[in-house]
Amino acid sequence: MANPTNAGNPKVDLAYRRKKNAAEMKHQVISFALMIALTLVAFFAVGYDEFSHWFSVPFILLLAAVQVAFQLYYFMHMSHKGHEIPALFLYGGVLVAFVTIWAFMTIVWW
Amino acid sequence: MHVEEKLTAETFPASPEKATLEGKNKFLGFWLFLGGETVLFASLFATYLALRDKTAGGPSADELFKMPLVFVATMLLLTSSLTSVYAIYHMKNFDFKKMQLWFGITLLLGAGFLGLEIYEFNEYVHEGHVFTKSAFASAFYTLVGTHGGHVAFGLLWISTLMIRNAKRGLNLYNAPKFYVASLYWHFIDVVWVFIFTVVYLMGMVG
Repeated sequence: MANPTNAGNPKVDLAYRRKKNAAEMKHQVISFALMIALTLVAFFAVGYDEFSHWFSVPFILLLAAVQVAFQLYYFMHMSHKGHEIPALFLYGGVLVAFVTIWAFMTIVWW
Repeated sequence: MHVEEKLTAETFPASPEKATLEGKNKFLGFWLFLGGETVLFASLFATYLALRDKTAGGPSADELFKMPLVFVATMLLLTSSLTSVYAIYHMKNFDFKKMQLWFGITLLLGAGFLGLEIYEFNEYVHEGHVFTKSAFASAFYTLVGTHGGHVAFGLLWISTLMIRNAKRGLNLYNAPKFYVASLYWHFIDVVWVFIFTVVYLMGMVG
């Protein structure tokens, strides 16, 4: 039975798809290398005593946010189309996350 | 297309995880679940951040945490995230054996991470850092332990998927299952990025 999503000559389609998948995999490996680099910078920033914690804490939080964006948009394919509702769910969760952390950090005093 | 139809590399759709209605529902439902997981971990992070200095005379974060152990654990989990990307890459190419192989490597790396965490918690207990010692200790074990529990569940989930489908091969019935399991595994890594930053690195900064 022919697959309706593979119009035309399926063999040609397959060669094209393999090539596209391989190109995407290359991007994934590049984002992995960047994620490792971000992790190394974060560990070095904390291990290096010359930085005050007023610098290193916001700095490593920023590195974490960038790394998570790589994870979500590349590894979890959120950069692909058809991820509008998933993004709504996830950012809905992130919004509640920020409000919760803000509330707890300001309301707990003992 | 019938979900259990025998497919070939030519007839296998480009996005097998969303080729059936069941697959589409799993995909959407799983992202809703991840939104909920974000809220769960947010409440645990919020509690930890609010109570992390309340050590009640017990050991504090900068006395307990050792950078090499956290670093190795981070590298293991981060690499396991890439190996599960490889697994999904081979799934999209309809290469069942290679997909199983890369999921197998993911499991080994994940098990290595979990082993390190068990070793770490055991060390802490011997240093007097037990669950009921202080507000800091309770918040720490609840947050990091919930993440570790997720890793353990992920290992169980992926290994049972692999065993159950070992002789079936890849079809449109199980492709969404593998895809969603890999999303879960990435999400575990997302949470760990914040744990190693907020709990361990910020704990060592003081």
